[in-house]
Amino acid sequence: MSPMQTLTQRLANPTRFMAFSGAILPWMAVASALLIAYAMYLVFFVAPPDYQQGETVKIMYIHVPSAWLALGGYAIIALSSFGLLVFRHPLADVSAKAAAPIGAAFTLAALITGALWGKPMWGTYWVWDARLTSMLMLFFLYLGLIALRSSLEDEALASKLTAVLALVGVSILPIIKFSVDWWNTLHQPSTGFTSSVDASMRTPLLISAAGFLLLFIALHLKAMQNEIMRRRVKAMRVAEVERGDRLMSAGAE
Amino acid sequence: MSGFLALLRRDLMLAVREGSALGTALGFYLMVVAMLPLGLGPDLKLLSRIAPGVLWIALLLAALLSLPRMFEADHEDGSLEVMATAPLPLELAVAAKALAHWISTGIPLALMAPILGLMLNLELALTPALVATMLAGTPAVSFLGSIGAALTLKARRGGLLLALLVLPLYVPTLIFGISTIGFASVGQDGFAASLLVLMAVSVASIAVAPVAAAAALRLQVS
Repeated sequence: MSPMQTLTQRLANPTRFMAFSGAILPWMAVASALLIAYAMYLVFFVAPPDYQQGETVKIMYIHVPSAWLALGGYAIIALSSFGLLVFRHPLADVSAKAAAPIGAAFTLAALITGALWGKPMWGTYWVWDARLTSMLMLFFLYLGLIALRSSLEDEALASKLTAVLALVGVSILPIIKFSVDWWNTLHQPSTGFTSSVDASMRTPLLISAAGFLLLFIALHLKAMQNEIMRRRVKAMRVAEVERGDRLMSAGAE
Repeated sequence: MSGFLALLRRDLMLAVREGSALGTALGFYLMVVAMLPLGLGPDLKLLSRIAPGVLWIALLLAALLSLPRMFEADHEDGSLEVMATAPLPLELAVAAKALAHWISTGIPLALMAPILGLMLNLELALTPALVATMLAGTPAVSFLGSIGAALTLKARRGGLLLALLVLPLYVPTLIFGISTIGFASVGQDGFAASLLVLMAVSVASIAVAPVAAAAALRLQVS
């Protein structure tokens, strides 16, 4: 192993990746659980209710991190797809494939918590507001990625075509966002880290976000491990069948 | 360039001589628009209000119906492989095919919209705006559609999957198409700006789609 190799290059070896991810995964999982538990404690026992929204503001501590990770998941898929198509990085496809259902799940979580929050605030579960609609479109893009991959039998082809679709999606996502914003805006604008969110709420939000981020990483690493294992099992099975075929033909002669 | 024009001519000629594909798309368009009042009731005021949206969405569905054919026949008889190895870059070949799809499907659908507009009690004064937005927006429909057609070439349940992949990509086109008509109906001066953005969406699609579709095709023919 030359010292010039970058981390991504060194992890390109699946065996090394398995060892590395296996070592950090338990720590990630435990840290994630602790952070989320601490954030939930702060949310329910320490953070004040909002002066306008009352106790419903507690939904925010799950809604906002989910929405961030929904976008982050797509970013991971886009980066991995780029890595697959341009650098042919062997783990890039595993990463893209593993991230799709997780990202879709966080998108769905953001949509559902948004709907539950919308009922007391806007009086209805679903409004066609710009940010909700953008999230829904993101969810559709996730579904498209998963559906395209599952409808192709040739796995190598499926990986590359899905990567093309992911890159198309990431290039058109800003245009969709822009057009939907143009179309309708009702949602409160994102406050993010700005000072308009009081520290008593911002701290639990950031801790919750950190916990969810670690959760995402842990799930992603685990899903990547599973995918690598699945491919190994498949390769072994194919080798076994071929060996059987050879024995059969040898016996027939 | 001669290869591009030859391919365009060939595809247009095929579309004219086959004929049935265009007929199916137009028939589907008519059918969807005719079914809607049956579902919503014959209230002319309501129909007039929702007419632009209905006409646009039905147009997208009708165009979607004809997309799988874009590369299918050429894939089956092997001419796609010839195109992939020809001196003309595959990107330009895809662009020629998408352009042919626009001329043979997008334009006829756009021109049929005013007639269907009559059935929905669309204000006559809005008809030019409607046709203008459709002519400006349908290139995006054909070109973005070529990406979906290329990606689903070998997929199981290709047609259904195509709709799932492509419809989210049509969101900007639909939104700016409708908003342009909206500006025209209230006489605001945002009309030109909105129409220009719609054209920009089309131009961006023309720039991006051939690259993506050609990349997808190359993976499947080699």
